[in-house]
Amino acid sequence: MIASLSLILLCQLAGEVFVRGLALPMPGPVVGLLLLLVLLLARDRFKVIARGPLQQDGVENASRGLLAHLSLLFVPAGVGVVQKLDLIAEHGIAIIVILSVSVVVTLLVTVATFRLASRLMTRNGRAP
Amino acid sequence: MSADPLSLWVYLSQSPLLWLTVTLLVYAIADAASLATHRHALANPVLHSIWIIGLFLLLTGTSYTTYFGGAQFVHFLLGPATVALAVPLYENRKIVLAAILPMLAALVVGSVTAVVSIVLLARVAGLPRGVVLSLAPKSVTAGVAMGISESLHADPSLTAVAVILTGIMGAIIVTPLMNRMRITDFRARGFAVGIAAHGIGTARAFQVDAVAGAFAGIAMSLNALVTSLLVPLAVTLLVR
Repeated sequence: MIASLSLILLCQLAGEVFVRGLALPMPGPVVGLLLLLVLLLARDRFKVIARGPLQQDGVENASRGLLAHLSLLFVPAGVGVVQKLDLIAEHGIAIIVILSVSVVVTLLVTVATFRLASRLMTRNGRAP
Repeated sequence: MSADPLSLWVYLSQSPLLWLTVTLLVYAIADAASLATHRHALANPVLHSIWIIGLFLLLTGTSYTTYFGGAQFVHFLLGPATVALAVPLYENRKIVLAAILPMLAALVVGSVTAVVSIVLLARVAGLPRGVVLSLAPKSVTAGVAMGISESLHADPSLTAVAVILTGIMGAIIVTPLMNRMRITDFRARGFAVGIAAHGIGTARAFQVDAVAGAFAGIAMSLNALVTSLLVPLAVTLLVR
């Protein structure tokens, strides 16, 4: 458990060092995600590194534990709304309206693109 | 020490213990209520936790800084949770690889739509430049969005609020919207909510369907990558 959490933190740390070191415009944890994915894939190929948290579902279980309560992790940042009450009073309605329009448009456009691309693929797949 | 309730309150209200406990306890209750309503979309645990805790802070005159002293331990886990998304991605690598083309198409189109739509709408609504910049990364997960906002010299705490609002709206609206559109492909439904509403949408997708959840997690992590490259570009082109 401790070793698995350490591995996750280590991936994040390496991601931060990489991103800050090269001054890249991307977030450290996302690089950490890619690093952990590469480690998991490499483990299946090279038995040498299948030890510690990379065996017996160690890091998998720790990750599932973290992700099981993903929405809890957004609560502290969300409560920050109490700091923005003056801004909300001034622009709140406009912000809420445009955010909800943007969410609905994004959902519809994304789902339509996915379905369209998926349909085109199966059609091409069936063609001789 | 005397058992003076006021001095006890003064002591506790400044300690991380109280605010960490409040955060976990209120969320546990909101989550139990959500479960009791069979995960009804409007019983969203994040939404109800936020207003209950926010009201409590206002009534007790507690500053957000003091509250965050305790709640930061939960907030910190956003980073490791992003790294942990590697696991559902790894476990579903076969269906992910099989759907790689629709995913990439939906990723590019969806990310661009999320950023461009909010920047254009915010400009039409006549919001100040600082607010427009802070809203731009609202569709990616909180930690990442706040980082983008910081690098644009916008207001990361406003970005956090916009991110959470977006996530809650997406989580509430996705199920009725997709049912009405008669979309039965849970890969597509999950992917869309992951793009539009990051982790809160992903948490919702996991409640509805396991495949939807996996695709939402993938969408959210890929979107974090694309949006962090896209927002600086969109802002240069669209905001003067």
